[in-house]
Amino acid sequence: MKKIGIIAYGITPFTKDDQKIESSLLKSTKNLFENNPQINRGDIDAVLVSTNNNSKYLSPILSEMIDIQPKIAHSIESLCNSGTNSIVSAYSYIASGLADMVLISGAERYDSPGHILEWDNSRGEYKHPIFWASIFTKSYKRQFSISDVDLAVVPVKNHKQAKENPNAMSNKTYSIQDVLESKKLTEDIRLLDCSRPCTGSASVILASEEIARENNYESTWITGIGQKTTSAGFTKNISLSSMESTKLAGRAALKMANRTISDIDVAEIHDAFSVCEPIALESLGFSNLGNGINMVKDLYETNNFKINPRGGLIGSGHPLGATGIAQTIEITQQIQSKAGNRQVDDVNVGLVHNMSAAATSSTVLILEK
Amino acid sequence: MNFETELALGNFYIPECGKCMKVVWPPSEFCNHCFGEVLLKKKIFEGKIIEFSRKDDEYFCLVEFEKEVRVMVKTPNIPKIGQIVKILRCGISNGNYFFHVI
Repeated sequence: MKKIGIIAYGITPFTKDDQKIESSLLKSTKNLFENNPQINRGDIDAVLVSTNNNSKYLSPILSEMIDIQPKIAHSIESLCNSGTNSIVSAYSYIASGLADMVLISGAERYDSPGHILEWDNSRGEYKHPIFWASIFTKSYKRQFSISDVDLAVVPVKNHKQAKENPNAMSNKTYSIQDVLESKKLTEDIRLLDCSRPCTGSASVILASEEIARENNYESTWITGIGQKTTSAGFTKNISLSSMESTKLAGRAALKMANRTISDIDVAEIHDAFSVCEPIALESLGFSNLGNGINMVKDLYETNNFKINPRGGLIGSGHPLGATGIAQTIEITQQIQSKAGNRQVDDVNVGLVHNMSAAATSSTVLILEK
Repeated sequence: MNFETELALGNFYIPECGKCMKVVWPPSEFCNHCFGEVLLKKKIFEGKIIEFSRKDDEYFCLVEFEKEVRVMVKTPNIPKIGQIVKILRCGISNGNYFFHVI
């Protein structure tokens, strides 16, 4: 298998701005090329756009807006893990020899149609994500005797970490009490337990080792990829207090990278809601079942940014198509020691966890120096 | 008989493959195992509460019917895990299925 790396990245602030999706895509791509003037745009032979937006033909449009004529240009949609699905597709194009350098650009608007999976009628009249999240939260609390106070440490930690991320939507810190007193959306979910829809964009370029070395591009290597889709419908989840797709994707990614979970120095975890962070940590093997929340507490109390250094989805905001790419950029910055005040010490290996639709589909990436 | 036509009339049937007898849920025209035609043979009346939460004064629950079909339902009463509930009303409203149990 060819060695494939991330050679450049660009990102925009995540906001509530009302801007066209094409404009949003262009902004992170512009940021990427302004930060990497050494990259010859003409060398890009594939452009993949990650979004749930209903606008059409976005990849050829982006290509025209940056004045390139790639061989391959198309969009990729897979709800909340569109971003890492696009990275995996780019990897595959390079690994197969169909492309040597791929631009992946993800963007979303705050009013994305990707927040609701209309097809899933098994959710009845409860199609908004807060309902599956409430069921997961209730089940997790019941199974492991965990309280709302315990879970509140997730948004407290992630908003605190987001304060160090200049692109995050949140710029405020919150106490446990603030979380508990925030608007109650259901018996089990409060407003501050939720990641927020927003407008934002993130872009990366992947290249083969040959291209990266020839041009002396600083590269962060993708050494492991794991993906698993168990269903599309939320009600097909057998367990409501663990994530089967995450467990299987995590194992596959670590196996491909020839790593174990103890090798991971920093990780981006898909905390769409508070409960998702401890469940994902357990499903990935960072902690034993029911102990994920204790791990989050320890990290918070010791000011350790190992998990979700950029503030996670809860602190950064969640522009669906851009999220997986923004997570990957964060781990790349951590590995390159360019994460500023969020920098975790001695990072060699990082993990990205990105999932969709009540954990029915997960992608896990392993990145290394 | 079509699942959604019957559901719109307030009848909740188990969609089952006429060829291999597999329950096909969510409902589809063809079996997801053998692509046989999906038939509606048995009407659903009772299910078991798997999990629940509450929004305002309404409880919403994940209920399992016939050990295979799981749906999100509404109930006016305080639910209990494992409780057997009966379909009170079901149908389609604004394109969304709805199920009320008691």
